[in-house]
Amino acid sequence: MEQVNDAEKVGGGNAQTGGAAVRIHLLRRTFDDLVVINNLTLDIAAGEFLSILGPSGCGKSTLLRLIAGLTKPTSGTLDVTPADLKFHTAYVFQDAHLLPWRSVLENTVLPLELMGTPRDECVRRARAALEEVGLAETEARYPAQLSGGMRMRVSLARALVTSPRLLLLDEPFSALDEVTRFRLDIRLRELWLERRMTVIFVTHSITEAAFLADRAVVLTRKGGAIKLDRKLALPKVRTNELRASSQFGVEMQALLTAMEEES
Amino acid sequence: MRKTFSNFLPAAIPFVVVTLAVEWLVRAGWIKAFLVPPPSAVLETMLRDWPELFAALAKTSVGALTGFALSAVGGIAIGVFLSSSKTIQRAFYPYAVFFQTVPIIAIAPLLVIWFGYGLRTVIASAFVVSIFPVIANTLSGILATDPALRDLFRLYGASPSATLWKLRFPGALPQILTGLRIAGGLAVIGAIVGEFIGGQGLGSVVDVARTQQRTDKVFAAVLLASVLGLALFGFINLLSRLLLRRWHASFSD
Repeated sequence: MEQVNDAEKVGGGNAQTGGAAVRIHLLRRTFDDLVVINNLTLDIAAGEFLSILGPSGCGKSTLLRLIAGLTKPTSGTLDVTPADLKFHTAYVFQDAHLLPWRSVLENTVLPLELMGTPRDECVRRARAALEEVGLAETEARYPAQLSGGMRMRVSLARALVTSPRLLLLDEPFSALDEVTRFRLDIRLRELWLERRMTVIFVTHSITEAAFLADRAVVLTRKGGAIKLDRKLALPKVRTNELRASSQFGVEMQALLTAMEEES
Repeated sequence: MRKTFSNFLPAAIPFVVVTLAVEWLVRAGWIKAFLVPPPSAVLETMLRDWPELFAALAKTSVGALTGFALSAVGGIAIGVFLSSSKTIQRAFYPYAVFFQTVPIIAIAPLLVIWFGYGLRTVIASAFVVSIFPVIANTLSGILATDPALRDLFRLYGASPSATLWKLRFPGALPQILTGLRIAGGLAVIGAIVGEFIGGQGLGSVVDVARTQQRTDKVFAAVLLASVLGLALFGFINLLSRLLLRRWHASFSD
Protein backbone atom coordinates (compact mmCIF):
# COMPACT_ATOMS: atom_id res chain seq x y z
CA MET A 1 0.00 0.00 0.00
CA GLU A 2 2.83 2.42 0.93
CA GLN A 3 4.64 2.27 -2.39
CA VAL A 4 1.60 2.38 -4.60
CA ASN A 5 1.32 5.46 -6.76
CA ASP A 6 -1.90 7.43 -6.75
CA ALA A 7 -3.47 5.95 -9.86
CA GLU A 8 -3.17 2.48 -8.44
CA LYS A 9 -4.14 3.33 -4.92
CA VAL A 10 -6.93 1.33 -3.43
CA GLY A 11 -10.21 3.05 -4.08
CA GLY A 12 -8.58 5.14 -6.78
CA GLY A 13 -11.09 4.26 -9.47
CA ASN A 14 -11.25 1.47 -11.95
CA ALA A 15 -7.83 1.96 -13.50
CA GLN A 16 -6.79 -1.18 -15.33
CA THR A 17 -3.77 -2.45 -13.50
CA GLY A 18 -3.00 -5.70 -15.29
CA GLY A 19 -2.37 -9.10 -13.81
CA ALA A 20 -0.03 -10.24 -11.08
CA ALA A 21 2.62 -12.91 -11.53
CA VAL A 22 3.03 -15.72 -9.01
CA ARG A 23 6.32 -17.52 -8.53
CA ILE A 24 6.30 -20.57 -6.30
CA HIS A 25 9.57 -22.27 -5.42
CA LEU A 26 9.94 -25.47 -3.37
CA LEU A 27 6.81 -24.60 -1.42
CA ARG A 28 5.98 -26.84 1.48
CA ARG A 29 3.01 -26.74 3.83
CA THR A 30 2.36 -29.18 6.62
CA PHE A 31 -0.39 -29.38 9.23
CA ASP A 32 1.18 -31.10 12.23
CA ASP A 33 2.42 -34.38 10.76
CA LEU A 34 0.39 -34.16 7.60
CA VAL A 35 2.28 -32.96 4.53
CA VAL A 36 -0.25 -31.24 2.29
CA ILE A 37 2.10 -29.61 -0.19
CA ASN A 38 5.58 -30.94 -0.63
CA ASN A 39 8.19 -28.88 -2.47
CA LEU A 40 5.97 -27.52 -5.20
CA THR A 41 7.51 -25.32 -7.86
CA LEU A 42 5.26 -23.46 -10.25
CA ASP A 43 5.44 -20.19 -12.20
CA ILE A 44 2.31 -18.35 -13.17
CA ALA A 45 2.74 -15.45 -15.59
CA ALA A 46 0.98 -12.11 -15.22
CA GLY A 47 -2.37 -12.18 -16.99
CA GLU A 48 -2.46 -15.94 -17.35
CA PHE A 49 -5.61 -18.08 -16.96
CA LEU A 50 -4.47 -21.23 -15.18
CA SER A 51 -6.55 -24.23 -14.16
CA ILE A 52 -5.33 -26.44 -11.36
CA LEU A 53 -6.67 -29.97 -11.40
CA GLY A 54 -6.06 -32.79 -9.01
CA PRO A 55 -7.69 -35.53 -7.00
CA SER A 56 -9.40 -34.43 -3.81
CA GLY A 57 -7.00 -34.08 -0.92
CA CYS A 58 -4.09 -33.09 -3.15
CA GLY A 59 -3.80 -29.68 -1.49
CA LYS A 60 -5.47 -27.53 -4.16
CA SER A 61 -7.39 -25.40 -1.69
CA THR A 62 -4.38 -25.05 0.59
CA LEU A 63 -2.35 -23.87 -2.39
CA LEU A 64 -4.92 -21.16 -3.13
CA ARG A 65 -4.99 -20.06 0.49
CA LEU A 66 -1.20 -19.84 0.46
CA ILE A 67 -1.23 -17.72 -2.69
CA ALA A 68 -3.88 -15.46 -1.11
CA GLY A 69 -1.68 -15.05 1.96
CA LEU A 70 -4.37 -16.52 4.21
CA THR A 71 -1.95 -19.13 5.53
CA LYS A 72 1.85 -19.18 5.71
CA PRO A 73 4.15 -21.68 4.01
CA THR A 74 6.08 -24.05 6.26
CA SER A 75 9.09 -23.57 4.00
CA GLY A 76 9.93 -22.46 0.47
CA THR A 77 9.06 -19.21 -1.22
CA LEU A 78 5.97 -17.74 -2.77
CA ASP A 79 6.33 -14.39 -4.46
CA VAL A 80 3.54 -12.41 -5.95
CA THR A 81 4.64 -9.47 -8.12
CA PRO A 82 4.04 -6.59 -7.95
CA ALA A 83 4.62 -7.06 -4.24
CA ASP A 84 2.13 -4.46 -3.00
CA LEU A 85 -0.71 -6.83 -3.77
CA LYS A 86 -2.63 -6.13 -0.61
CA PHE A 87 -6.29 -5.75 -1.56
CA HIS A 88 -5.55 -6.72 -5.17
CA THR A 89 -6.26 -10.37 -4.61
CA ALA A 90 -9.82 -11.67 -4.71
CA TYR A 91 -11.02 -15.09 -3.65
CA VAL A 92 -14.15 -16.93 -4.71
CA PHE A 93 -15.17 -19.88 -2.57
CA GLN A 94 -16.87 -23.15 -3.39
CA ASP A 95 -20.19 -21.76 -2.12
CA ALA A 96 -21.29 -18.17 -2.47
CA HIS A 97 -20.81 -17.34 1.25
CA LEU A 98 -22.90 -14.17 1.15
CA LEU A 99 -24.04 -12.33 4.26
CA PRO A 100 -27.75 -13.20 4.56
CA TRP A 101 -28.58 -9.92 6.30
CA ARG A 102 -27.20 -7.79 3.47
CA SER A 103 -28.85 -7.08 0.13
CA VAL A 104 -27.16 -8.02 -3.14
CA LEU A 105 -25.78 -4.48 -3.46
CA GLU A 106 -24.56 -4.38 0.15
CA ASN A 107 -22.87 -7.76 -0.25
CA THR A 108 -21.06 -6.48 -3.34
CA VAL A 109 -20.05 -3.27 -1.60
CA LEU A 110 -18.48 -5.18 1.32
CA PRO A 111 -14.82 -5.49 0.16
CA LEU A 112 -14.61 -1.79 -0.73
CA GLU A 113 -16.35 -0.85 2.51
CA LEU A 114 -13.80 -2.87 4.51
CA MET A 115 -10.98 -1.20 2.62
CA GLY A 116 -12.32 2.20 3.62
CA THR A 117 -13.48 3.40 0.21
CA PRO A 118 -15.88 6.38 0.29
CA ARG A 119 -19.50 5.30 0.26
CA ASP A 120 -20.62 6.78 -3.07
CA GLU A 121 -17.66 5.26 -4.85
CA CYS A 122 -18.42 1.89 -3.20
CA VAL A 123 -21.95 1.97 -4.56
CA ARG A 124 -20.92 3.11 -8.02
CA ARG A 125 -18.33 0.36 -8.38
CA ALA A 126 -20.59 -2.30 -6.86
CA ARG A 127 -23.32 -1.43 -9.37
CA ALA A 128 -20.79 -1.70 -12.20
CA ALA A 129 -19.64 -5.10 -10.92
CA LEU A 130 -23.22 -6.35 -10.67
CA GLU A 131 -23.83 -5.13 -14.20
CA GLU A 132 -20.89 -7.21 -15.37
CA VAL A 133 -22.35 -10.42 -13.98
CA GLY A 134 -25.84 -9.55 -15.24
CA LEU A 135 -27.44 -8.80 -11.86
CA ALA A 136 -28.08 -5.07 -12.13
CA GLU A 137 -31.81 -5.60 -11.64
CA THR A 138 -31.53 -7.57 -8.43
CA GLU A 139 -29.43 -5.26 -6.26
CA ALA A 140 -32.20 -4.76 -3.68
CA ARG A 141 -32.90 -8.45 -3.19
CA TYR A 142 -31.52 -10.61 -0.39
CA PRO A 143 -29.49 -13.83 -0.80
CA ALA A 144 -32.40 -15.98 0.41
CA GLN A 145 -34.43 -14.76 -2.56
CA LEU A 146 -31.86 -15.80 -5.16
CA SER A 147 -31.17 -19.05 -6.99
CA GLY A 148 -27.85 -20.82 -6.45
CA GLY A 149 -26.52 -19.51 -9.76
CA MET A 150 -27.47 -15.92 -8.93
CA ARG A 151 -25.85 -16.18 -5.52
CA MET A 152 -22.65 -17.39 -7.15
CA ARG A 153 -22.78 -14.44 -9.55
CA VAL A 154 -23.09 -12.06 -6.59
CA SER A 155 -20.07 -13.78 -5.10
CA LEU A 156 -18.22 -13.21 -8.39
CA ALA A 157 -19.28 -9.54 -8.45
CA ARG A 158 -18.04 -9.17 -4.87
CA ALA A 159 -14.65 -10.52 -6.01
CA LEU A 160 -14.51 -8.27 -9.10
CA VAL A 161 -15.57 -5.08 -7.34
CA THR A 162 -12.04 -4.27 -6.21
CA SER A 163 -10.66 -4.72 -9.76
CA PRO A 164 -8.34 -7.49 -8.56
CA ARG A 165 -5.09 -8.27 -10.34
CA LEU A 166 -5.18 -11.81 -9.08
CA LEU A 167 -8.45 -13.75 -8.98
CA LEU A 168 -8.43 -17.05 -7.12
CA LEU A 169 -11.37 -19.40 -7.54
CA ASP A 170 -11.81 -22.58 -5.50
CA GLU A 171 -14.24 -24.89 -7.34
CA PRO A 172 -16.69 -22.01 -7.52
CA PHE A 173 -19.35 -23.49 -9.78
CA SER A 174 -19.24 -27.09 -8.61
CA ALA A 175 -22.60 -26.94 -6.81
CA LEU A 176 -24.49 -25.56 -9.82
CA ASP A 177 -26.44 -27.32 -12.55
CA GLU A 178 -24.58 -27.71 -15.85
CA VAL A 179 -26.47 -25.13 -17.91
CA THR A 180 -25.85 -22.45 -15.28
CA ARG A 181 -22.30 -23.61 -14.93
CA PHE A 182 -21.58 -23.45 -18.68
CA ARG A 183 -23.06 -19.94 -18.77
CA LEU A 184 -20.86 -18.78 -15.88
CA ASP A 185 -17.80 -20.43 -17.45
CA ILE A 186 -18.31 -18.38 -20.61
CA ARG A 187 -18.88 -15.19 -18.61
CA LEU A 188 -15.78 -15.74 -16.50
CA ARG A 189 -13.67 -16.25 -19.60
CA GLU A 190 -15.08 -13.03 -21.12
CA LEU A 191 -14.36 -11.09 -17.94
CA TRP A 192 -10.80 -12.34 -18.01
CA LEU A 193 -10.39 -11.25 -21.63
CA GLU A 194 -11.73 -7.80 -20.77
CA ARG A 195 -9.71 -7.27 -17.62
CA ARG A 196 -6.46 -9.14 -18.23
CA MET A 197 -6.14 -10.11 -14.60
CA THR A 198 -4.38 -13.30 -13.57
CA VAL A 199 -6.88 -16.08 -12.86
CA ILE A 200 -6.14 -19.28 -10.96
CA PHE A 201 -9.06 -21.65 -11.13
CA VAL A 202 -9.04 -24.76 -8.96
CA THR A 203 -11.43 -27.51 -9.99
CA HIS A 204 -11.89 -31.24 -10.13
CA SER A 205 -13.85 -30.99 -13.36
CA ILE A 206 -11.70 -31.82 -16.37
CA THR A 207 -14.21 -30.26 -18.78
CA GLU A 208 -14.25 -27.01 -16.87
CA ALA A 209 -10.47 -26.87 -16.53
CA ALA A 210 -10.00 -27.35 -20.25
CA PHE A 211 -12.82 -25.03 -21.29
CA LEU A 212 -11.70 -22.07 -19.18
CA ALA A 213 -7.96 -21.98 -19.16
CA ASP A 214 -4.99 -21.44 -21.43
CA ARG A 215 -2.84 -23.65 -19.30
CA ALA A 216 -3.77 -26.53 -17.04
CA VAL A 217 -1.73 -28.09 -14.28
CA VAL A 218 -2.55 -31.51 -12.86
CA LEU A 219 -1.25 -32.11 -9.34
CA THR A 220 -0.29 -35.54 -8.08
CA ARG A 221 -2.27 -37.21 -5.31
CA LYS A 222 0.49 -36.50 -2.81
CA GLY A 223 0.45 -32.75 -3.24
CA GLY A 224 3.60 -31.20 -4.50
CA ALA A 225 4.70 -32.78 -7.71
CA ILE A 226 3.15 -31.65 -10.96
CA LYS A 227 1.87 -34.54 -13.00
CA LEU A 228 1.15 -32.53 -16.11
CA ASP A 229 1.68 -28.91 -17.12
CA ARG A 230 0.03 -28.28 -20.45
CA LYS A 231 -0.62 -25.26 -22.64
CA LEU A 232 -4.07 -25.73 -24.11
CA ALA A 233 -4.29 -25.25 -27.87
CA LEU A 234 -7.74 -23.68 -27.88
CA PRO A 235 -9.12 -20.42 -29.33
CA LYS A 236 -9.11 -17.24 -27.29
CA VAL A 237 -12.86 -16.76 -27.27
CA ARG A 238 -14.70 -19.78 -25.94
CA THR A 239 -18.28 -20.71 -26.78
CA ASN A 240 -20.38 -23.78 -26.13
CA GLU A 241 -19.65 -25.05 -29.66
CA LEU A 242 -16.08 -25.58 -28.55
CA ARG A 243 -17.23 -28.28 -26.14
CA ALA A 244 -18.12 -30.54 -29.07
CA SER A 245 -15.03 -29.84 -31.15
CA SER A 246 -12.20 -32.27 -31.78
CA GLN A 247 -9.51 -29.88 -30.45
CA PHE A 248 -11.38 -29.75 -27.17
CA GLY A 249 -11.54 -33.55 -27.15
CA VAL A 250 -7.78 -33.78 -27.58
CA GLU A 251 -7.13 -31.46 -24.62
CA MET A 252 -9.70 -33.25 -22.46
CA GLN A 253 -8.09 -36.59 -23.27
CA ALA A 254 -4.67 -35.35 -22.25
CA LEU A 255 -5.97 -34.06 -18.92
CA LEU A 256 -8.08 -37.14 -18.33
CA THR A 257 -5.11 -39.47 -18.86
CA ALA A 258 -3.05 -37.54 -16.33
CA MET A 259 -5.95 -37.50 -13.84
CA GLU A 260 -6.62 -41.22 -14.25
CA GLU A 261 -3.06 -42.08 -13.42
CA GLU A 262 -3.44 -40.17 -10.21
CA SER A 263 -6.66 -41.69 -8.97
CA MET B 1 -57.91 -15.74 9.81
CA ARG B 2 -58.14 -19.31 8.71
CA LYS B 3 -54.42 -19.71 9.21
CA THR B 4 -54.63 -18.29 12.73
CA PHE B 5 -57.40 -20.72 13.45
CA SER B 6 -55.45 -23.74 12.19
CA ASN B 7 -52.39 -22.54 14.13
CA PHE B 8 -54.15 -22.37 17.47
CA LEU B 9 -56.67 -25.17 17.18
CA PRO B 10 -54.18 -28.02 17.79
CA ALA B 11 -53.06 -26.32 21.03
CA ALA B 12 -56.58 -25.42 22.13
CA ILE B 13 -58.01 -28.93 21.90
CA PRO B 14 -55.83 -30.55 24.61
CA PHE B 15 -56.47 -27.51 26.87
CA VAL B 16 -60.23 -27.81 26.57
CA VAL B 17 -60.17 -31.60 26.96
CA VAL B 18 -57.93 -31.54 30.05
CA THR B 19 -59.90 -28.68 31.65
CA LEU B 20 -63.19 -30.48 31.15
CA ALA B 21 -61.72 -33.77 32.36
CA VAL B 22 -60.36 -32.19 35.56
CA GLU B 23 -63.70 -30.45 36.19
CA TRP B 24 -65.53 -33.73 35.82
CA LEU B 25 -63.04 -35.74 37.93
CA VAL B 26 -63.28 -33.23 40.80
CA ARG B 27 -67.06 -32.99 40.68
CA ALA B 28 -67.40 -36.76 40.57
CA GLY B 29 -65.26 -36.93 43.71
CA TRP B 30 -62.32 -38.77 42.11
CA ILE B 31 -59.98 -35.91 43.00
CA LYS B 32 -60.32 -33.96 46.27
CA ALA B 33 -61.16 -30.31 45.63
CA PHE B 34 -58.61 -29.08 48.19
CA LEU B 35 -55.86 -30.84 46.25
CA VAL B 36 -56.88 -29.80 42.76
CA PRO B 37 -59.58 -27.16 42.54
CA PRO B 38 -62.13 -27.53 39.74
CA PRO B 39 -61.26 -25.19 36.84
CA SER B 40 -64.58 -23.40 37.35
CA ALA B 41 -63.51 -22.46 40.89
CA VAL B 42 -60.16 -21.15 39.60
CA LEU B 43 -62.03 -18.99 37.10
CA GLU B 44 -64.36 -17.74 39.83
CA THR B 45 -61.40 -16.82 42.06
CA MET B 46 -59.69 -15.15 39.15
CA LEU B 47 -62.74 -12.92 38.60
CA ARG B 48 -63.43 -12.23 42.27
CA ASP B 49 -59.81 -11.50 43.27
CA TRP B 50 -58.94 -9.83 39.96
CA PRO B 51 -57.81 -6.45 41.43
CA GLU B 52 -55.39 -8.18 43.81
CA LEU B 53 -54.20 -10.69 41.22
CA PHE B 54 -53.77 -8.06 38.55
CA ALA B 55 -51.71 -5.86 40.89
CA ALA B 56 -49.54 -8.90 41.67
CA LEU B 57 -49.18 -9.71 37.97
CA ALA B 58 -48.09 -6.13 37.28
CA LYS B 59 -45.42 -6.31 39.99
CA THR B 60 -44.11 -9.68 38.82
CA SER B 61 -44.04 -8.38 35.25
CA VAL B 62 -41.91 -5.40 36.24
CA GLY B 63 -39.50 -7.67 38.15
CA ALA B 64 -39.27 -10.34 35.46
CA LEU B 65 -39.00 -7.93 32.54
CA THR B 66 -36.37 -5.76 34.22
CA GLY B 67 -34.36 -8.84 35.16
CA PHE B 68 -34.72 -10.16 31.63
CA ALA B 69 -33.65 -6.84 30.09
CA LEU B 70 -30.55 -6.75 32.31
CA SER B 71 -29.74 -10.35 31.35
CA ALA B 72 -30.17 -9.57 27.68
CA VAL B 73 -27.88 -6.53 27.74
CA GLY B 74 -25.39 -7.98 30.24
CA GLY B 75 -25.39 -11.47 28.70
CA ILE B 76 -24.74 -10.20 25.18
CA ALA B 77 -22.00 -7.86 26.43
CA ILE B 78 -20.31 -10.64 28.41
CA GLY B 79 -20.66 -13.07 25.49
CA VAL B 80 -19.00 -10.57 23.14
CA PHE B 81 -16.25 -9.92 25.69
CA LEU B 82 -15.59 -13.66 26.17
CA SER B 83 -15.36 -14.17 22.41
CA SER B 84 -12.45 -11.75 22.13
CA SER B 85 -9.77 -14.26 23.11
CA LYS B 86 -9.18 -17.85 24.13
CA THR B 87 -7.39 -16.73 27.28
CA ILE B 88 -10.27 -14.52 28.35
CA GLN B 89 -12.62 -17.45 27.79
CA ARG B 90 -10.49 -19.73 29.93
CA ALA B 91 -10.29 -17.10 32.65
CA PHE B 92 -13.97 -16.17 32.88
CA TYR B 93 -16.19 -18.79 31.25
CA PRO B 94 -16.06 -21.17 34.25
CA TYR B 95 -17.60 -18.41 36.37
CA ALA B 96 -20.38 -17.95 33.85
CA VAL B 97 -21.07 -21.67 34.10
CA PHE B 98 -21.05 -21.33 37.87
CA PHE B 99 -23.87 -18.80 37.53
CA GLN B 100 -25.93 -21.41 35.74
CA THR B 101 -25.43 -24.06 38.41
CA VAL B 102 -26.25 -21.77 41.33
CA PRO B 103 -29.46 -23.10 42.88
CA ILE B 104 -31.53 -19.93 42.92
CA ILE B 105 -33.74 -21.12 45.76
CA ALA B 106 -30.65 -21.48 47.95
CA ILE B 107 -29.16 -18.08 47.24
CA ALA B 108 -32.45 -16.16 47.22
CA PRO B 109 -32.21 -15.49 50.99
CA LEU B 110 -28.75 -14.03 50.35
CA LEU B 111 -30.21 -11.75 47.71
CA VAL B 112 -32.69 -10.51 50.30
CA ILE B 113 -29.82 -9.71 52.66
CA TRP B 114 -27.99 -7.85 49.91
CA PHE B 115 -30.89 -6.06 48.25
CA GLY B 116 -33.56 -5.96 50.98
CA TYR B 117 -37.22 -6.89 50.70
CA GLY B 118 -38.84 -5.76 47.49
CA LEU B 119 -38.39 -5.27 43.80
CA ARG B 120 -34.60 -5.15 43.75
CA THR B 121 -34.34 -8.70 45.09
CA VAL B 122 -36.91 -9.90 42.56
CA ILE B 123 -34.98 -8.30 39.72
CA ALA B 124 -31.68 -9.74 40.97
CA SER B 125 -33.20 -13.21 41.19
CA ALA B 126 -34.67 -13.02 37.67
CA PHE B 127 -31.30 -11.74 36.39
CA VAL B 128 -29.17 -14.45 38.04
CA VAL B 129 -31.18 -17.35 36.63
CA SER B 130 -31.64 -15.96 33.13
CA ILE B 131 -28.24 -14.55 32.18
CA PHE B 132 -26.35 -17.75 31.45
CA PRO B 133 -28.19 -18.91 28.31
CA VAL B 134 -27.67 -15.44 26.84
CA ILE B 135 -23.92 -15.56 27.53
CA ALA B 136 -23.54 -19.12 26.25
CA ASN B 137 -25.54 -18.56 23.07
CA THR B 138 -23.87 -15.25 22.26
CA LEU B 139 -20.45 -16.81 22.70
CA SER B 140 -21.10 -19.95 20.68
CA GLY B 141 -22.84 -17.93 17.96
CA ILE B 142 -19.88 -15.62 17.59
CA LEU B 143 -17.37 -18.48 17.66
CA ALA B 144 -19.30 -20.33 14.93
CA THR B 145 -18.56 -17.66 12.30
CA ASP B 146 -18.12 -19.10 8.81
CA PRO B 147 -14.33 -19.54 8.35
CA ALA B 148 -14.59 -18.64 4.66
CA LEU B 149 -16.13 -15.29 5.52
CA ARG B 150 -13.45 -14.67 8.12
CA ASP B 151 -10.87 -15.29 5.39
CA LEU B 152 -12.72 -12.83 3.18
CA PHE B 153 -12.66 -10.15 5.88
CA ARG B 154 -8.94 -10.76 6.43
CA LEU B 155 -8.24 -10.51 2.72
CA TYR B 156 -9.63 -6.98 2.68
CA GLY B 157 -7.80 -5.93 5.83
CA ALA B 158 -10.86 -5.68 8.12
CA SER B 159 -10.01 -4.64 11.68
CA PRO B 160 -11.06 -6.93 14.55
CA SER B 161 -13.85 -4.52 15.45
CA ALA B 162 -15.14 -4.34 11.86
CA THR B 163 -15.07 -8.14 11.74
CA LEU B 164 -17.00 -8.30 14.99
CA TRP B 165 -19.72 -5.80 14.11
CA LYS B 166 -20.09 -6.49 10.41
CA LEU B 167 -19.68 -10.24 10.46
CA ARG B 168 -19.48 -12.12 13.74
CA PHE B 169 -22.17 -10.37 15.75
CA PRO B 170 -24.86 -10.18 13.05
CA GLY B 171 -24.00 -13.77 12.13
CA ALA B 172 -24.62 -14.82 15.73
CA LEU B 173 -28.09 -13.21 15.90
CA PRO B 174 -30.12 -16.40 15.40
CA GLN B 175 -28.28 -18.06 18.29
CA ILE B 176 -28.50 -14.98 20.49
CA LEU B 177 -32.26 -14.87 19.97
CA THR B 178 -32.50 -18.53 20.93
CA GLY B 179 -30.66 -17.66 24.14
CA LEU B 180 -33.08 -14.80 24.80
CA ARG B 181 -36.07 -17.09 24.28
CA ILE B 182 -34.75 -19.45 26.95
CA ALA B 183 -33.87 -16.53 29.23
CA GLY B 184 -37.42 -15.13 29.00
CA GLY B 185 -38.97 -18.22 30.58
CA LEU B 186 -36.23 -18.41 33.20
CA ALA B 187 -36.65 -14.74 34.16
CA VAL B 188 -40.30 -15.35 35.07
CA ILE B 189 -39.29 -18.33 37.22
CA GLY B 190 -36.53 -16.25 38.83
CA ALA B 191 -38.95 -13.42 39.62
CA ILE B 192 -41.48 -15.79 41.23
CA VAL B 193 -38.75 -17.40 43.35
CA GLY B 194 -37.52 -13.96 44.38
CA GLU B 195 -41.05 -13.05 45.44
CA PHE B 196 -41.39 -16.25 47.50
CA ILE B 197 -38.54 -15.08 49.67
CA GLY B 198 -38.52 -11.34 49.60
CA GLY B 199 -40.93 -9.59 47.33
CA GLN B 200 -44.49 -8.92 46.39
CA GLY B 201 -46.27 -10.22 43.35
CA LEU B 202 -47.61 -13.50 42.05
CA GLY B 203 -44.94 -15.37 44.00
CA SER B 204 -46.08 -13.94 47.31
CA VAL B 205 -49.74 -14.50 46.37
CA VAL B 206 -48.93 -18.18 45.80
CA ASP B 207 -47.04 -18.34 49.08
CA VAL B 208 -49.85 -16.77 51.14
CA ALA B 209 -52.64 -18.73 49.41
CA ARG B 210 -50.72 -21.95 50.06
CA THR B 211 -50.61 -21.35 53.79
CA GLN B 212 -54.36 -20.69 53.67
CA GLN B 213 -55.00 -23.94 51.77
CA ARG B 214 -56.44 -21.85 48.93
CA THR B 215 -55.39 -24.05 46.02
CA ASP B 216 -57.85 -22.26 43.75
CA LYS B 217 -55.93 -19.03 44.29
CA VAL B 218 -52.57 -20.80 43.89
CA PHE B 219 -53.78 -22.08 40.53
CA ALA B 220 -55.08 -18.67 39.49
CA ALA B 221 -51.71 -17.05 40.28
CA VAL B 222 -49.73 -19.83 38.57
CA LEU B 223 -51.92 -19.45 35.50
CA LEU B 224 -51.18 -15.73 35.34
CA ALA B 225 -47.45 -16.39 35.74
CA SER B 226 -47.65 -18.77 32.77
CA VAL B 227 -49.45 -16.12 30.75
CA LEU B 228 -46.62 -13.72 31.53
CA GLY B 229 -44.05 -16.30 30.41
CA LEU B 230 -45.99 -16.95 27.21
CA ALA B 231 -46.29 -13.24 26.48
CA LEU B 232 -42.54 -12.79 26.86
CA PHE B 233 -41.92 -15.82 24.65
CA GLY B 234 -44.29 -14.39 22.04
CA PHE B 235 -42.55 -11.02 22.15
CA ILE B 236 -39.12 -12.60 21.57
CA ASN B 237 -40.50 -14.68 18.71
CA LEU B 238 -41.86 -11.54 17.12
CA LEU B 239 -38.50 -9.83 17.58
CA SER B 240 -36.73 -12.82 15.96
CA ARG B 241 -39.04 -12.70 13.01
CA LEU B 242 -38.43 -9.00 12.53
CA LEU B 243 -34.66 -9.24 12.87
CA LEU B 244 -34.22 -12.40 10.81
CA ARG B 245 -36.89 -11.85 8.18
CA ARG B 246 -34.32 -11.31 5.47
CA TRP B 247 -32.46 -14.53 6.25
CA HIS B 248 -35.17 -16.80 4.99
CA ALA B 249 -36.72 -17.09 1.58
CA SER B 250 -40.23 -16.87 3.03
CA PHE B 251 -40.36 -13.12 3.60
CA SER B 252 -42.34 -11.07 1.12
CA ASP B 253 -41.16 -7.75 -0.22
